[in-house]
Amino acid sequence: MADAGVAETLLRRIEKADGGVDSLDVASSLGLDHQVVVGAVKSLQALGDLISAEQRSSKHWELSEEGTEIAEQGSHEARVFGSIPLDGLAQSELMKLSFGKIGFSKAMSNKWIRLDKTHEGGPRIFRTVESIQDQEKNCVAEMLLTVKSYWITKGPSFSTTITKQETELTPDMIANGSWKEKKFKPYNFEAMGVAPDCGHLHPLMKVRTQFRQIFLEMGFSEMPTNNFIESSFWNFDSLFQPQQHPARDAHDTFFLSDPALAHEFPQDYLERVKKVHSEGGFGSQGYKYDWKIEEAQKNILRTHTTAVSARMLYKLAQQEKFTPVKYFSIDRVFRNETLDATHLAEFHQIEGVVADYGLTLGDLIGILYQFFTKLGITKLRFKPAYNPYTEPSMEVFSYHEGLQKWVEVGNSGVFRPEMLLPMGLPEDVSVIAWGLSLERPTMIKYGINNIRELVGHKVNLQMVYDSPMCRLES
Amino acid sequence: MPTVGVKRDLLFKALGKTYTDEEFDELCFEFGLELDEITSEREIISREQGDSKASGASDVILYKIDVPANRYDLLCLEGLVRGLQVFKNKLEAPRYRRVSPVSGEPQKLFITKETAAVRPHAVAAVLRNITFTQERYDSFIELQDKLHQNICRKRSLVAIGTHDLDTISGPFTYTAKPPGDISFKPLNQTKEYTATQLMSLYKTDSHLKHYLHIIEDEPVYPIIYDSNGIVLSMPPIINGDHSKITLKTKNVFVECTATDLTKAKIVLDMMVTMFSEYCSQPFTVEEAEVVYPDGKTCKYPELAYRKEKLSSEFINRKVGINESTEKIAELLTKMCLRSQATGVGDEIEVEIPPTRSDVIHACDIMEDAAMAYGFNNVPQTTPRTYTVANQFPLNKLTELLRQDLAAAGFTEALNFALCSEEDVADKLGKKISETRAVHISNPKTAEFQVARTTLLPGLLKTIASNRKMPLPLKLFEISDVVLKDETKDVGARNSRRFCAVYYNKSPGFEVIHGLLDRTMELLEVKSARGDGYHIQAAEDSTFFPGRCAEIFARGKSVGRLGVLHPDVINRFELTMPCSALEMDIEPFLGHTAETPLTHDVPMQEVIKHKFPTQGESSQAPSSRPTSTKTAFGDVSTAAGLKSLNDFLADKSYIEGFAASQADMAIFDAIPSAPCSTFCHLMRWYNHMKSFQRERASLPSAKSQFVLQATANDAGDDDDIDLFGSDDEAESAEADRIKEQRLAEYAAKKSKKPALVAKSSILLDVKPWDDETNMAELEQRVRSVSMDGLLWGQSKLVPVGYGIKKLQIGCVVEDEKVGTDLLEEAITAFEDYVQSVDVAAFNKI
Repeated sequence: MADAGVAETLLRRIEKADGGVDSLDVASSLGLDHQVVVGAVKSLQALGDLISAEQRSSKHWELSEEGTEIAEQGSHEARVFGSIPLDGLAQSELMKLSFGKIGFSKAMSNKWIRLDKTHEGGPRIFRTVESIQDQEKNCVAEMLLTVKSYWITKGPSFSTTITKQETELTPDMIANGSWKEKKFKPYNFEAMGVAPDCGHLHPLMKVRTQFRQIFLEMGFSEMPTNNFIESSFWNFDSLFQPQQHPARDAHDTFFLSDPALAHEFPQDYLERVKKVHSEGGFGSQGYKYDWKIEEAQKNILRTHTTAVSARMLYKLAQQEKFTPVKYFSIDRVFRNETLDATHLAEFHQIEGVVADYGLTLGDLIGILYQFFTKLGITKLRFKPAYNPYTEPSMEVFSYHEGLQKWVEVGNSGVFRPEMLLPMGLPEDVSVIAWGLSLERPTMIKYGINNIRELVGHKVNLQMVYDSPMCRLES
Repeated sequence: MPTVGVKRDLLFKALGKTYTDEEFDELCFEFGLELDEITSEREIISREQGDSKASGASDVILYKIDVPANRYDLLCLEGLVRGLQVFKNKLEAPRYRRVSPVSGEPQKLFITKETAAVRPHAVAAVLRNITFTQERYDSFIELQDKLHQNICRKRSLVAIGTHDLDTISGPFTYTAKPPGDISFKPLNQTKEYTATQLMSLYKTDSHLKHYLHIIEDEPVYPIIYDSNGIVLSMPPIINGDHSKITLKTKNVFVECTATDLTKAKIVLDMMVTMFSEYCSQPFTVEEAEVVYPDGKTCKYPELAYRKEKLSSEFINRKVGINESTEKIAELLTKMCLRSQATGVGDEIEVEIPPTRSDVIHACDIMEDAAMAYGFNNVPQTTPRTYTVANQFPLNKLTELLRQDLAAAGFTEALNFALCSEEDVADKLGKKISETRAVHISNPKTAEFQVARTTLLPGLLKTIASNRKMPLPLKLFEISDVVLKDETKDVGARNSRRFCAVYYNKSPGFEVIHGLLDRTMELLEVKSARGDGYHIQAAEDSTFFPGRCAEIFARGKSVGRLGVLHPDVINRFELTMPCSALEMDIEPFLGHTAETPLTHDVPMQEVIKHKFPTQGESSQAPSSRPTSTKTAFGDVSTAAGLKSLNDFLADKSYIEGFAASQADMAIFDAIPSAPCSTFCHLMRWYNHMKSFQRERASLPSAKSQFVLQATANDAGDDDDIDLFGSDDEAESAEADRIKEQRLAEYAAKKSKKPALVAKSSILLDVKPWDDETNMAELEQRVRSVSMDGLLWGQSKLVPVGYGIKKLQIGCVVEDEKVGTDLLEEAITAFEDYVQSVDVAAFNKI
């Protein structure tokens, strides 16, 4: 290993020298290329504090390449003169020589040569003097060179012997105990570690898991919401949402062309729904319009999971004896809306429903506080709102510390008797419910501004890889 | 939610108080309004049309206030101010009165029968001696527009026309005429047009073009004339220019034409209650008489006050407060619902004014009390509802599986449930007709043509958007797809799928296959035929030929895996090989201890509730025969249902090609709706259920399919004797039919080419010692014979010291011959054989 040899020689030089050595001097005295010495310095530096090296630059004059050529072979004009035989030389021939062009004009002005343009066979050059004195040869061009070198001195742990540092502990070292004598190369703690080879869960789904957890902690059972296709009957009519309601427009709802219509309904219940819409009853004036089964039959992509709540409450009413329930669901809903940075045609709705005897508006407020407290939201206030199937209806606002203002975080209400009584639920049973979207809290939590960066195929997988776990309380 | 723009200073002047923006926002919030934006005309114009256009515009501050969609009485400054003043106890809610004209007859509007075909209803009223200012006039026009956009459903349900009564003379006629026969000078035009011309004129009008469709294709258009033949309006499109109101107008004739009479009355009430404030007799409205084609007359506006009685206990109980009857009456009065305690117990009489058409139930009154009390003043309470939480089993499985799939190194993607037809069909090398996809009728873009039938396209698109990410890409998704399913009430159902893809420089089938093995391990399904899972080669145009396998679990196909076809890879704009796996996870649900919930609702109500004024129940449920014994076996047992299910696999009805009493008899014999595992039976059962109303009229059965329950009837000797012979003959006949059908079924089943799984095995048989006769050894080995075992070639392979072992091949049918069995049989030749090893085992 030649380099190791150089390094050791270098160490010995440093040991002898007082105050240090210059790498250039070492190179010239050892007859080595300077770069070899620099390499040795670098490898010694890598071994720790064996030496300390300080970079310095020195400047000196040196013959340029052209100067070297002139010093050896004479000036260009002298070489032109020398190359012309006594019987002259065709100009074209001269120009072929490397020094021809430069040397020709100088030799002409020195009047060493002459050009006969009228010579037959083309212009020809002849010598005009016997011999010349080449002054140029003695004063050739030098140029300034900058040389970088190292000033090398002993380091804190200087030694003339080189011990190779180990990079890693090996099974052999552990077995034979050699690790005790070895020196180990220090780790670079500034560098990042290697990313573990693993899969990742999607941030929105991580948040969904937490919301499920919260509902389960609160004793809510999960509703089966695996039915994206719903009839208008369950999505709207059963919720006492009139058939002319704007939400039932093609502008807001996706209708199906195949299968276009639902065919099966609980007939008795359907009749009661029809009646409460068109004539009233159950203590209601009704909407007093011509309710049409054709409108109720239209299949749609459900616009809210409340359609499933309606099915579940209807089933509850079909029990022999009413039992109180707490239900929740988190699943996709669909709106044929104009899309923008925060709106997609589909999103996840979170919904909670409690049905029991004698629930009050105060109970709804209380349960909303419990729910949102689990999300880390404790400052709430409630605004009266309108919703066709809840009365009272309340929008839930929370105080956003970052934005320094109240922001809407959800909707809530008590289901209308016109919805519950036709189902067959006892008159003194109240059903309170609330809902919010899953995407919005997730976007706030993970600092995402465009919903397309969160949901759908345009998601950036790096974002998925890098997203932290979801702890809602923080 | 409609937004009303009002000038701030005008609002404060009317309210008699100046608020800061925050104070007013707070007031709105309490009252259920939202101060959406504080702006000015200049700001709006400069935002919408650029700064240059805004230079001359007004700088007056505008409040944009969001109003709940059912509060039509708050859609203008007048209504807002009235509502807020009453709420703040600064004003008593005015009483609106309908009055007769001071002199002469009321204005009359005759409706002709022609209108029935297009827009049958009309109502009218007169605002007498009104004083307009520019602001009032603007608000008057604005309210019409707000009502048109909201309750009038963009004029389709109701259209409002307002006219200067002094320019026209009654009686008025509301009729309908062919568009060519209608000609008049419409509002703000300089010449007369026919209705046909108007329709083409307004095609390009940014405002009016939205209403043309309401009557465009009708043979006749609605039109209102005065006694001199002057056109008042052609609803719901445009008024006539002749009768237009100006700032100088003193007397206003308001007409509303409609397809929905209830809403027309509400709209008319709103118009006149809001603006009668500016009449010389404030809040009085002069009546108008509407004469129907049959001569019946009605006076409008209705301005009906309705009285409701309820108890303060009801309100306290529903809201969760404890206030005195008087206090609650006060609260309601603040909400324009004039109320007082009647003195009878805790009864309150509430008067609902014509402006509050949103109050249709006692719960609406309760809400107003809660609003006046202040939602934020209601004490928080915790419901005592005791429940035990259950997870939806399918979601529970999904959650658990997701965690472990991420732990297996795959990253979760989340894609849209809606996509283009191309995504689920063409791009995967399939036809859309084969996909069972549900189709959307009104997609705004191609991205929403269908609900996805597979998760694969979403994952491939996710990869396409992430091509710059380091390879390999390993993605998965567990989510629902939607498939048409006629057994469901809506004709479609969700199916929970698990899909995974591996995208790298090499296809990595083994990675995807390994993921399948891991998934099955997680689901506790062993690798085995029959009760476990296995994969076998399959044809699928999505996959590269010969590189696709079908996944079978417990004998059922649950999905596919393989290397994607290069065409598929190209169509998704990918460049690398890719292997994929997609399977149903619902078959792995197993039996959970939790109550299985479903969104399927009972179609027949078993529990009869007492409903008020419920009509006679349509039909008494037919009495069910006590017997569940049928020609297909006892249908109260799974075996009986299975045989019925098999029978119905290729038949729509029990007998022939139409529903008959035979179907009904079997239907009645089945004790409860069959479970969905019997899909053919389920389909038939649901179909039969739809015949329940007309069951009596179905043709009679040719054979008897339901048998007498012999055990139960043992005591009734007489009956048996009486019909004994018939019964015997029929049951024999039924038995014969049953056997014949079962035989047919068995024959049909046997005709199906059974795919037998085979393996090729290479055995090393080592001799007992160096003196063993190898020829005899081979003979003995070959003497082993079993069903499904075929011996192949053999050779002797030296093992050392001159000893040779016998290497012999064979082909076995997996289900019949196992390697254990073979080894056991061969080692039985103890004199010859020392040991037997399986040198190679390959599935064929």
